[in-house]
Amino acid sequence: MSTAMLEEYAEREYEFGFVTDIDQEMIPPGLDESVVRLISAKKEEPEWLLEWRLKAFSHWLKMEEPQWANVKYDPIDYQKIIYYAAPKSDKDRPKSLEEVDPELLRTYEKLGIPLKEQEMLAGVAVDAVFDSVSVATTFKGKLAELGIVFCSFSEAVKNHPELVKKYLGSVVPYSDNFFATLNSAVFSDGSFVYIPKGVRCPMELSTYFRINAMNTGQFERTLIVADEGATVSYLEGCTAPMRDENQLHAAVVELVAMDDASIKYSTVQNWYPGDLETGKGGIFNFVTKRGKCEGKRSKISWTQVETGSAVTWKYPSCILKGDDSVGEFYSVALTKGWQQADTGTKMVHIGKNTTSTIISKGISAGQGQNTYRGQVKILKGAHGARNFSQCDSMLIGDRCGAHTFPYIDVNNPSARMEHEATTSKIGEDQIFYCNQRGIATEDAVSMIVNGFCREVFRELPMEFAVEAQKLLEVNLEGSVG
Amino acid sequence: MSILEIKNLRASVEEKEILKGISLTVKAGEVHAIMGPNGSGKSTLAQVLAGREEYKVTGGKVLYRGKDLLELGPEERAREGVFMAFQYPVEIPGVSNTYFLKAALNAIRKHRGEKEVDAVEFLKLVREKMKLVKMDETLLRRPVNEGFSGGEKKRNEIFHMAVLEPILGVLDETDSGLDIDALKIVAEGVNSLRDQNRAFVVITHYQRLLDYIIPDFVHVLVEGRIVRSGGKELALELEEKGYSWLEEEASALATA
Ligand SMILES: Nc1ncnc2c1ncn2[C@@H]1O[C@H](COP(=O)(O)OP(=O)(O)OP(=O)(O)O)[C@@H](O)[C@H]1O
Ligand SMILES: [Mg+2]
Repeated sequence: MSTAMLEEYAEREYEFGFVTDIDQEMIPPGLDESVVRLISAKKEEPEWLLEWRLKAFSHWLKMEEPQWANVKYDPIDYQKIIYYAAPKSDKDRPKSLEEVDPELLRTYEKLGIPLKEQEMLAGVAVDAVFDSVSVATTFKGKLAELGIVFCSFSEAVKNHPELVKKYLGSVVPYSDNFFATLNSAVFSDGSFVYIPKGVRCPMELSTYFRINAMNTGQFERTLIVADEGATVSYLEGCTAPMRDENQLHAAVVELVAMDDASIKYSTVQNWYPGDLETGKGGIFNFVTKRGKCEGKRSKISWTQVETGSAVTWKYPSCILKGDDSVGEFYSVALTKGWQQADTGTKMVHIGKNTTSTIISKGISAGQGQNTYRGQVKILKGAHGARNFSQCDSMLIGDRCGAHTFPYIDVNNPSARMEHEATTSKIGEDQIFYCNQRGIATEDAVSMIVNGFCREVFRELPMEFAVEAQKLLEVNLEGSVG
Repeated sequence: MSILEIKNLRASVEEKEILKGISLTVKAGEVHAIMGPNGSGKSTLAQVLAGREEYKVTGGKVLYRGKDLLELGPEERAREGVFMAFQYPVEIPGVSNTYFLKAALNAIRKHRGEKEVDAVEFLKLVREKMKLVKMDETLLRRPVNEGFSGGEKKRNEIFHMAVLEPILGVLDETDSGLDIDALKIVAEGVNSLRDQNRAFVVITHYQRLLDYIIPDFVHVLVEGRIVRSGGKELALELEEKGYSWLEEEASALATA
């Protein structure tokens, strides 16, 4: 198996993007204070939230776009972006799956997505998916019985203003960084979750609610709060390929875990990566995700599988404030074509005996560039803090790259740190070994890659893990043989 | 019927000619041993038969059951019943041995137009074959060859062979690094498959393997040529005299 052939396998075109004509209610492109006011007014927000948006906006005006990440892209013209668009009306949506791009449907099939969900994902008009919506409603009822709040961000602002006011910006302040600040000023919508004291959320949130994540636009805002002793597992995104007219995505996710609470946040993302030859048209994904282990013995665990986007800039982080709290980060990032990913995590140890684990698997193919950037910071008071980091990179072909930047900052001598890093080329000898046993090259590549990612996949909820595995397979599928 | 007919095969790697005209016929039911000094081209021959791309065939022909073998890709050869036990088995981290083997078996079955085995049938088959090579069950769940001892890797190769039941088995130094008990087990694995429809090419440095797998023919490979062929007594002669007398003959041949 030659390198050239391997690359060919990796460089499969992304055939599944779809564009529908847009005819939406929207504010003309550009950003100034009046746009921020207009967004807030359209959403009928309370005064305090408008104030918060405005503070963020005036702060943003003084900020500069960060340049430190190992990614290159054409400058973004922030005055050319549309900052508010109402969701599509039903008449513009496909009436049934028959009107949907057959290529897209084939991908859904390959990924094993049930018919009803396919309809939702493809944006079929609501009454056609009435069944799924009513399923969702039933589940919402169950959750409500337990006192769990799970709704869109806008709904939360209307129905639970005290909770939103208390926690919004408590983990990612409006002034945090260029993209988070922009999000704070103009965020469109997103999800809100509150799990009350001692409640164990009985289901993975979002499996039945993927539709919630749709049409929330490019500036998504998610806030999850687990009160004392509460437990929740949240799934974001989906394996189905997503195309968006909006190139820039700047989401913010905030997690708060009180004493003995635990939040597991899993993401599988498959944004349109752009034209494989030129990189044109791909999504820029600049996300700020941070969790705060506020309480003692609390735990926050991030698991992500990133296969899409032209440019990814993303560092799900944990602030380990409570004593004995635990932070985890498990990540698989695949870059191919011209994709670039600069991703990693930040673990800030504040409390005593805090523990963090970082497992990062980067896969680069084609001309893909994959960077792991991680910081482990042990503050003075963090006696007995421990970190284990493992960053593995796999290269497919020889035009791609893997880069690792681990930063370690230890201010307490009792801390114990362990760091392991490996880079391997997907072995021609491994592929030949598979071939010699009758296994086709394409299957061999996905088998080897899935094996490489196993430690991360096993952290995903079962159903998601199977999808993620298929997703990698589909993404690595070649046009040969 | 001939399972394998190699005619004047020449092959090179990185512009260097390694195989310099090899001819060999292997009939159904036969076991051929290939011996020869380090670097003489034994593994190269095995790899060429298995279809490794880096080894460029520059001349000659190879017929497998009457068909041109060299035309087929490595996975097609495997599906047609060619199996090579690697001298250095490869590790595949994170992929369990059973998962791997099931994928392999099903690829082969599919090619033959048979239906894929399900988990239950597969487990039954695997249990039975494991007994044959006395392999520890934990090695099934572990990733393919990862962290296996040298001997465990070799035994795993035979285990794969036992499950896949090839028509032509090419064993590249499967005996190296094995203790005497393991050696017997490996030999048993081969002997249990030995029948009128299959054939084996066994590459080895040691005559002692041939006490357990009794070959029909022994060939000596020196500098890319078969310089002598004989019965199993040739192996004993080599053990006694070494290769130097044949190497001299070979260099005489090369300069002639
Ligand atoms: N991939 C390769 N690149 C360069 N040279 C190679 C390669 N593979 C084999 N060779 C060379 O070809 C020659 C024959 O090697 P081969 O592995 O076939 O020998 P062998 O008879 O199997 O030896 P041993 O008994 O040590 O296993 C050696 O000189 C070796 O260095
Ligand atoms: Mg050899």
